[in-house]
Amino acid sequence: MSESTVPLEKSYVGGNGEPLIQVENLKKYFPITGGVFQRRVGDVKAVDGVSFTINKGESFGLVGESGCGKSTIGRTLLRLNDKTDGKVYYEGKDMHELSKNDLRKIRTKMQIVFQDPFSSLNPRIKVGDAIGEALLDHGLVSRKELKERVIETMKICGLADYHYDRFPHEFSGGQRQRIGIARALIMNPEFIVADEPVSALDVSIQAQIINLLSDLQQEKQLTYLFISHDLSVVEHLCNRVGVMYLGTMMEMAPTEELFSNPLHPYTKALMSAIPVPDPTLKRERIVLQGDIPSPANPPSGCKFHTRCPMASDICKQEVPEYRNVGNEHFVACHFA
Amino acid sequence: MEQPSLNRTEQLQEQLKIVKAESPWRIAIRRFAKNRLALIGLIILFLMAIICAFGPFFSPYELNQTDIKNKNLAPNAQYWLGTDKLGRDVLLRVMLAGRISLTVGLVATAISVVIGATLGAVAGFYRRFADTIIMRIADIFLALPTLPILITLGAILSDLKIEPSKRIYFLMLIIGILGWVGLARLVRSQILTLREQEFMQATEALGLRDSRKIFRHLLPNTVPIIIVSATLGVAGAILTESALSFLGLGVVPPTPSWGNMINAANNLIDFRKRPWIWIPPGMCILVTVTAINLIGDGLRDALDPKMKSR
Amino acid sequence: MAKELVAFRNLETHFKTSAGTVKAVNDVSFSIREGETLCVVGESGCGKSVTAMSLMQLIESPPGKIVGGEIFFEGKDLLKLSKKEMSRLRGKEIAMIFQEPMSSLNPVFTIGKQITEPLLYHLNMTQKEAKARAIELITMVGIPRPDKIFHSYPHELSGGMRQRIMIAIALSCDPKLLIADEPTTALDVTIQAQILDLMRDIKTKRNTAIMMITHDLGVVAEMADFVVVMYAGKVIEEASVLELFREPRHPYTQGLLKAKPVINQRKERLYSIPGQVPNPVDLGENCHFHDRCEFCMEICKTKAPPLRAHIDGHKTACWLYEEEGKAQ
Repeated sequence: MSESTVPLEKSYVGGNGEPLIQVENLKKYFPITGGVFQRRVGDVKAVDGVSFTINKGESFGLVGESGCGKSTIGRTLLRLNDKTDGKVYYEGKDMHELSKNDLRKIRTKMQIVFQDPFSSLNPRIKVGDAIGEALLDHGLVSRKELKERVIETMKICGLADYHYDRFPHEFSGGQRQRIGIARALIMNPEFIVADEPVSALDVSIQAQIINLLSDLQQEKQLTYLFISHDLSVVEHLCNRVGVMYLGTMMEMAPTEELFSNPLHPYTKALMSAIPVPDPTLKRERIVLQGDIPSPANPPSGCKFHTRCPMASDICKQEVPEYRNVGNEHFVACHFA
Repeated sequence: MEQPSLNRTEQLQEQLKIVKAESPWRIAIRRFAKNRLALIGLIILFLMAIICAFGPFFSPYELNQTDIKNKNLAPNAQYWLGTDKLGRDVLLRVMLAGRISLTVGLVATAISVVIGATLGAVAGFYRRFADTIIMRIADIFLALPTLPILITLGAILSDLKIEPSKRIYFLMLIIGILGWVGLARLVRSQILTLREQEFMQATEALGLRDSRKIFRHLLPNTVPIIIVSATLGVAGAILTESALSFLGLGVVPPTPSWGNMINAANNLIDFRKRPWIWIPPGMCILVTVTAINLIGDGLRDALDPKMKSR
Repeated sequence: MAKELVAFRNLETHFKTSAGTVKAVNDVSFSIREGETLCVVGESGCGKSVTAMSLMQLIESPPGKIVGGEIFFEGKDLLKLSKKEMSRLRGKEIAMIFQEPMSSLNPVFTIGKQITEPLLYHLNMTQKEAKARAIELITMVGIPRPDKIFHSYPHELSGGMRQRIMIAIALSCDPKLLIADEPTTALDVTIQAQILDLMRDIKTKRNTAIMMITHDLGVVAEMADFVVVMYAGKVIEEASVLELFREPRHPYTQGLLKAKPVINQRKERLYSIPGQVPNPVDLGENCHFHDRCEFCMEICKTKAPPLRAHIDGHKTACWLYEEEGKAQ
């Protein structure tokens, strides 16, 4: 255990600089239907034109509040959802153009860990079978080797071999999350989307899972897309962070750059809103007024202008350009 | 952020799960065995089935053996439940009728389960076209008034002069076909709910084959709901059969069924003076249907404790 | 020091389950003073919510039952009150807000109806007075256009707004104690900041005592005057907030503080408490934290440590600070 707050020697770009995932102007709208004939009356613009790149070996964090589209991005990236527009490339291959067969093959390389440890496991399937079934289904291992591989992976994830024949209901939230991680890990993936993997867990268990994820990354050179609403968790685990609001990327920068020099008023507000466990600290807090607008009917111009303490007329009319302000620091704000 | 929305008691129950390797099925059996009413229902149904199946072998009388000398006898040592207007032994007829009523109930339900579960699963899993078509057909079936249809079909069967012994097969088919809609909708909605569960998304992310998704993940999770609904369906089918037979449109004499035996009481004299003719089959219907419903409720509580509160 | 408002004395709330008895609250004693914010902190299943529900006497029975102890509210033992007296007290003297603002509002009634209900019932106001008061309350919790909100239904409001309405309802009869059970857990951080601000505001303006139940030490640090840490049904540490964060004494409290990633304090690796919360069924008479504790001694496995003050006002239940422990 080390608790010193040493600055970390992680490169700005993260990973080895070779892009693994490229997302270009991705859009995902969910239709709202209404009326007698279930006609499309509008769209929930869950993801509204987002671009970013994740390099090999890097861990990229996406933060934002509920409804900002971060989970939708994760799922659209893996093609668990269809996209509305834009491109997603995995090692140069367009994910949404792959045939069913190619998609099935590429699925072994990219995995997802879910938020809810209760709904992410089938209650009627034994833990060992749940972890191993994909290997079997893809014909990657014979039935004989299967159990060995499963138990090996379970051990890596901090589970005991006698857990093999148990059912999910016999496990606590933290252990279930370990099962979910083992299920993803056994495929030997290159890329893992972690969708709020710790937000349903207790503090003491959260730390265990975060450490497990970070150990695995180092051992297996994994690439992560880490989705969370908790900036402090993202800061701890990621090399690069993107901040989203209402389907749009507001700011993106290498972690240290972002946390030492946040440029977007939303990022600043988000940071100051997190309660810090230190009663002696008296901070000047930026409390945002009002509620998050509905993504079905986002504000004009800069989507944040309704709650922004700095908003002026230009923010209501013009969408701010998402631009690089140096140091790989991107921001979409008229005043940054 | 979204929290798993369990209420307090459920949360507590989650934490109290005993650390023992027990499959969800075994837990359900254990829960069922603790439900006294359901067990009573099961025992009654079991006894009823045994008596109906094997009782006739021990009877000194024969089916449709008339004996005018001994007609309309009250229950006595020789005829335990008396005789009817043709001098037939009521006890024997009640047992034979039970065979028919229970068989019709079971087979008709089996037919609706097969149709309903398959169509429901297809609609829920493939959605889009399949879903639209199947569900619109279901809507049409729901819009049909069941009783008039059954009566009409019964009348058609009578017109076609189908032999009474074959008639029950048609009856099973008709009741079965008219009964699939409820189950299809149930299975479909269950599958739609399951699809949204993260473990189903995980099967997609893992690139599992459709067959594995359906047979390993989806169907086992719909089985509880099918079992419960089928059990209650058997009770419904028995009632429908009885009602039809009572009206003379289901199982027709001389083949006995509980429904057409009660029909014997359709005149005031029999009704008032000879209750032994219609009370035994009536009681059989009442007891059997109640027993099945108790079992169904017990199964529901055992298989899906969350459904109880709904 | 302010007067004592609530006092729990050796409270025992048990739940009967098929697997055995769960001592959800096991010999818990602490008190809340007037105008003070007391935070009860702990992980899921530690008994913090059950303690609050025992105070409100909203424990579902069966399976739950308060089997021992006393709960004093302004000197009266609540456990000896009749049902009717208790229901007069609930909502009037003691009010409660919950984690899920959606499920705690009735979807078929307007906001106005739900706010005026306690006013009509507890304060015998007329409809007109009640409406005026309701509008005043809605304004107070920082919702613009109170007239419009008065006539809207819960589903028309966002989560944050609903929680504000819950607070307005809770404050409608000017209670002496407000129980807040994870009031911000279901909300986004920026909305959480608003609600915490509002609650702080209420406390200073109205001098309402707040019993706040939370798992978030950050929230504790921001809100609390006094902190009670619970683990597996027992109070393991209590102290003023400054004291607790300056010098946490119980290894569990220390672990919790170290395990939480803190913004702008990046660590190479998070400290993590090994293992998991024990199965609450039939826990033995020992320190329930012993199997996760890095300082575990022989005595910890066999005997439960008493909750005792070693420094003024700072109580800890840990053998490390007892003579018996030091001897080993």
